[in-house]
Amino acid sequence: MGTNGINLLYLVTIVCFVLALRFLSSPAHARRGNQVGAAGMVVAIVATLLKSGVDITWLMVIGAAIGGAFGAVAARRVKMTAMPQMVALFNGVGGGAAALVALAEFHRLAPPAGRMHADISVAILLSALIGGTSFAGSAIAFAKLQEWIKGRPIVYPGQKLVNALVFGACLAAGVAVVAGAEHGWLLWALVGGALVFGVMFVLPIGGADMPVVISLLNAFTGLAAAATGFELENNVLIVSGMLVGASGTFLTIMMGRAMNRSITNVLFGAFGQVSSSGSTVGGDEMTIRSTTADDVAVMLAYASKVVIVPGYGMAVAQAQHDVRALADLLESRGVEVTYAIHPVAGRMPGHMNVLLAEANVPYTQLKEMDEANGEFARTDVSLVIGANDVVNPDARNNAGSPIYGMPILNVDQSQATVVLKRSMSPGFAGIENPLFGNPKTVMLFGDAKDSVAKLTAGVKTL
Amino acid sequence: MSHTATLVTELTVLVLAIFLGFEVISKVPTMLHTPLMSGTNAIHGIVLVGALIVAGSPGQGTLVHVIGFVAVVLASANVVGGFVVTDRMLEMFKKKKEPTQGD
Repeated sequence: MGTNGINLLYLVTIVCFVLALRFLSSPAHARRGNQVGAAGMVVAIVATLLKSGVDITWLMVIGAAIGGAFGAVAARRVKMTAMPQMVALFNGVGGGAAALVALAEFHRLAPPAGRMHADISVAILLSALIGGTSFAGSAIAFAKLQEWIKGRPIVYPGQKLVNALVFGACLAAGVAVVAGAEHGWLLWALVGGALVFGVMFVLPIGGADMPVVISLLNAFTGLAAAATGFELENNVLIVSGMLVGASGTFLTIMMGRAMNRSITNVLFGAFGQVSSSGSTVGGDEMTIRSTTADDVAVMLAYASKVVIVPGYGMAVAQAQHDVRALADLLESRGVEVTYAIHPVAGRMPGHMNVLLAEANVPYTQLKEMDEANGEFARTDVSLVIGANDVVNPDARNNAGSPIYGMPILNVDQSQATVVLKRSMSPGFAGIENPLFGNPKTVMLFGDAKDSVAKLTAGVKTL
Repeated sequence: MSHTATLVTELTVLVLAIFLGFEVISKVPTMLHTPLMSGTNAIHGIVLVGALIVAGSPGQGTLVHVIGFVAVVLASANVVGGFVVTDRMLEMFKKKKEPTQGD
């Protein structure tokens, strides 16, 4: 097929992708949007195979079969609680593919010196650098989320200097290539450097900051794909890559804003590592009231409005189905139940919504932060399940707290608060939470899933 | 078209895509941010197009074809996995009628 025909097919793909994102503005037709996007992808693949200068080889078919089978099985099998890992994984493979395309393209064009236009070599270098960083960074993010390595920030003295040196070396290799030193090994070295940089850049970032990191890596992979579009002079790659780049950037900014932290602070601040002598209210002085499931069951059963505040602890305990069962039981008794979702609850943007959707909670019951905050004053019981920092009143009141200024869910405005928590150990960030010492707060210690099941059993006996 | 003219067109397309991207994505409710991530994940699987182009370019040495092969494997996993997992997720978002009979 001629170039114009191919490009028109690519235009169809672009329209499909934009529609896919447009349909995501409402849960009612989001699924159809995704199908439109997938159809667009099929069009792009067919168009590419019809392109002159592309031979369909067995190697290609086998590669697509292996990759496709792996992707399908992984996507079918993954548990909803492991969604952040899955997203990290797909970010990584996309970035890796972009870096490999850059390497192959370099070897295809480079040998005769001066044959590459400067903009093509810049595009090759950028997609190698960004794609490599995204691949390695996503691998580390995956390992952290999967708890193969510690979620806590890994830091050592001089870390920033080492990172800067590695990044500088990558840039130097890139500049040398653009300047005319078109040696293959320089690009391989650059990819190697990008991999090292990706590892070192994500290692110091703690688990609670994962929503920001995953969004950023998403943006990186999009940008790497867009750079691939420049190196192959292909509009569908440029537009699709940039749509993803815009989406990832948007989410990164949103997540940063929801934590009231600049992106540079998240990336280079090694949050949680700081022992933060600034936060006062010593834990020893706090009086903690621990309670039993039966007492809480009574509180819940005779409340008229209950707000459930889920956090990462609910995901870890896989308690979403039990939570839904409890909520249904309360509703059948006439209690009004809603869920208050903080934008950075969990390990990725929208994590809690997906878990609760999996447990068949209708999305109309899920309230975003602003809406939820308007309701706490007339809430009888706030049930905090495995959330910590997002309900910490220090973010509002204590200028010395490391999370001061972060918008939170104001559960302390409700008549009573019940905190389900594994133990009294401080949350991930190691920050004291005065909510636990509030006279209106009671703590119910134990595994979230067990505790919620006990609450359900307790309410049933009433 | 001259090489520079192509580049200028590509830059135009790029900048418009940035604005379009922000415009469309700012309308996605926070509730759907995870499907947005996995959906855009699937979309950056478009790099498969690039992988197919290099893997299928005729007259290249083994190195280019091997790299192209690995790129095709990774990008196909990205495309298929991304769309399938997004579909699974979006299927779960339901608007049930409220089970309560007055409170």
